[in-house]
Amino acid sequence: MSNFFDAFTADNLSYLLAGLGVTVGVSIISVILSLIFGSLIGIIQFEKIPYFSLLVGTLNNIVRNLPLLLIIFFTYFALPQLGFHLPIFWATVAAMTFFESAMLAEIVRGGLEAVDRGQFEGARANGLSNGQTMVHIVLPQAYKKMIPPIISQLISLVKDTSLASGVVLAEMTYRGQIVYAQNTNYIVPVLIALTLVYFLLNYGLSLVAKWCDKKLA
Amino acid sequence: MTVFNHYYSVLMQGFGHTLLASLIALIGSLVLGTLFAIMQVSSSKTGRVIGNIYVQVFRNIPLLIITLFLYLAVAKVIKMTGFVAGTVGLTLYTSAFIAESVRAGILSVDAGQMEGARANGLSFSQAMRVIVLPQAFRVAIPSLGNQFINLVKNSSILAFVGGLDLMYQGNLIAASSFDTFTTYIIIGCFYLVITMPLSYYVQYLERKLKKAA
Amino acid sequence: MENIKKRRFGIIASIVLVLVMVLTGIWMHFAIQNNTGHKDTLSRVEKKKQITWGVKADTKLFGLMNTKKAQPAGFEIDLAKAMTAQISKQTGTKLSASFVPVSAASRIQLLKNTNIDGLISTMTITPERAKIVDFTDSYFNAGQSLLVKKNSGIQSIQDMNSSKYTVLVVVGTTAAQETKKYAPKAKIVALQDYASAMQALKAGQGQALSTDNAILYGLATENPDYHLVGGVFTKAPYGMAFDHNQKPMTREANQALATLKANGTYNRLIEKWFKSVPGLNWHELEV
Repeated sequence: MSNFFDAFTADNLSYLLAGLGVTVGVSIISVILSLIFGSLIGIIQFEKIPYFSLLVGTLNNIVRNLPLLLIIFFTYFALPQLGFHLPIFWATVAAMTFFESAMLAEIVRGGLEAVDRGQFEGARANGLSNGQTMVHIVLPQAYKKMIPPIISQLISLVKDTSLASGVVLAEMTYRGQIVYAQNTNYIVPVLIALTLVYFLLNYGLSLVAKWCDKKLA
Repeated sequence: MTVFNHYYSVLMQGFGHTLLASLIALIGSLVLGTLFAIMQVSSSKTGRVIGNIYVQVFRNIPLLIITLFLYLAVAKVIKMTGFVAGTVGLTLYTSAFIAESVRAGILSVDAGQMEGARANGLSFSQAMRVIVLPQAFRVAIPSLGNQFINLVKNSSILAFVGGLDLMYQGNLIAASSFDTFTTYIIIGCFYLVITMPLSYYVQYLERKLKKAA
Repeated sequence: MENIKKRRFGIIASIVLVLVMVLTGIWMHFAIQNNTGHKDTLSRVEKKKQITWGVKADTKLFGLMNTKKAQPAGFEIDLAKAMTAQISKQTGTKLSASFVPVSAASRIQLLKNTNIDGLISTMTITPERAKIVDFTDSYFNAGQSLLVKKNSGIQSIQDMNSSKYTVLVVVGTTAAQETKKYAPKAKIVALQDYASAMQALKAGQGQALSTDNAILYGLATENPDYHLVGGVFTKAPYGMAFDHNQKPMTREANQALATLKANGTYNRLIEKWFKSVPGLNWHELEV
């Protein structure tokens, strides 16, 4: 048992916790960026513009149907080849945003479709333009409905940042691997600690989602 | 294209492993997930508590951690290869999500049906099997389909534990051919071959269900 | 009326999007060619007054992350610092050293992408790699060996030539390719890093872990139940690597390495890192 706690020297602990900061940072920045791009794609799909919506929808589907791990590897290796020298943190954010935008676009589209059609017509009858109706009437309602699924997407993001350990982003899982590289006996304690931290973080988020769901229903 | 021709057999081997892992995990997680969904809605308090804990735990930790744990720690006690560890990890992880989908399906079935069936002398498990579950699955099919797509994508986790799947082979090919760009594009196409048709089928089912409603 | 407008907008937007995608594709094609068209590494590092080295962060003795300082430490890190200082002297430009952790699977790509300027990451000089990167002279004479459990009865790589054995290796190392030649019947499983591979060995996922002896010595120090067997069955000299056709940079690096070897700095670093490794005669490593 003493062996178990050997892994958690003050240095190792603060090193791991700094990784938690990276994990949370990547997740939050990515979810905000994805929300912007995802809304745009979702609205285009919802508007059913001839040809254009179909084209965007198909591209969106392709991205959605690829493994995130593949996208992370690809971004990390491909972007520099194009002359963009992003540090690994931002390369991961780029990969996450690329993938999550496609996921959130679906949520936005679903949220928009759930808004009563009559609202559009009413707003239009009151002289609002198409764009005004979208921004002032429809989107606020849709976003309210979307808060719980967006939070569960954020939970996915937090979990998925662990994949970036494969490209040596110093997030929590990678740092865990570094700690057990010092001594392979640390592997079980480190994995248990990681499990605990991820669980507490994500379970907390899922409680927030539940609370929002109740409050808004 | 030279990458494709040169590594054709390796790619096919990886494709095979990805398909196999996905299929096994699909069946396993459907069974496990349904079991835990029933526990969650059962009248037994212990059943509900166990079901809830299972679902919350496996939903909220990364698949990578589950898989590493199986491969590096559990394998000391129970022998398993990377392929097995990855597939079991996938099954445990996905079953938590499937449990949620099935539970939502069960809850959508009118509670009166269960009571009626019980009043007609069926046991809880009989009523569940014959009356409630068939309807619940019909409702849950689109969301189950999405879970299956996620499962195929998530099977790339096997690459972390030497699971011989597409992603694993892709990393090896990229490391030996040095043509990372092409390699990952080819690997991506292989995944799309599985996931795209599924995704369109799920969308079709969703539309059909909406019309019926 | 509105539908016609919408339709027209849709067609135009689609055409624009497709055009943008095609143009991006073409641009990507040329950008990649342009970027792989080699720029001079030496003038690049002189301009930014810094050499960014790709190093290992998970390998004992060579490059292992120090969790207190969040900086890697090891023989290669110290050598890279000494090299940077020596190259500064030679070129008359003040250079600092910075470090980026790399994995065996990704390091050459990162070098090609100019994320890093040079590699010093337990990388064996091989003819295949020499076609795509420039190696310096060797700075460490390693060789592939086997780490097995003490009571396993395995004495050499030849003993493992049977389908009942599994050899563990790490993705992107020479061992991943060489092992097949010596034990064609054995199964080979590649892991992402040495720590996982060692843990997999302890978990019974394979009967042996094969890689360069120097790395195995590092793993054996903390796992006394395991030992190296069969000696060295391939030669695996480590070299620093720069992008292809970087003659000026490679020349400076070779000159710096020769100076460090001649003035005793190299031997001091060997003593610092390898003196206390059990089972290893560190004097053999001196030059």
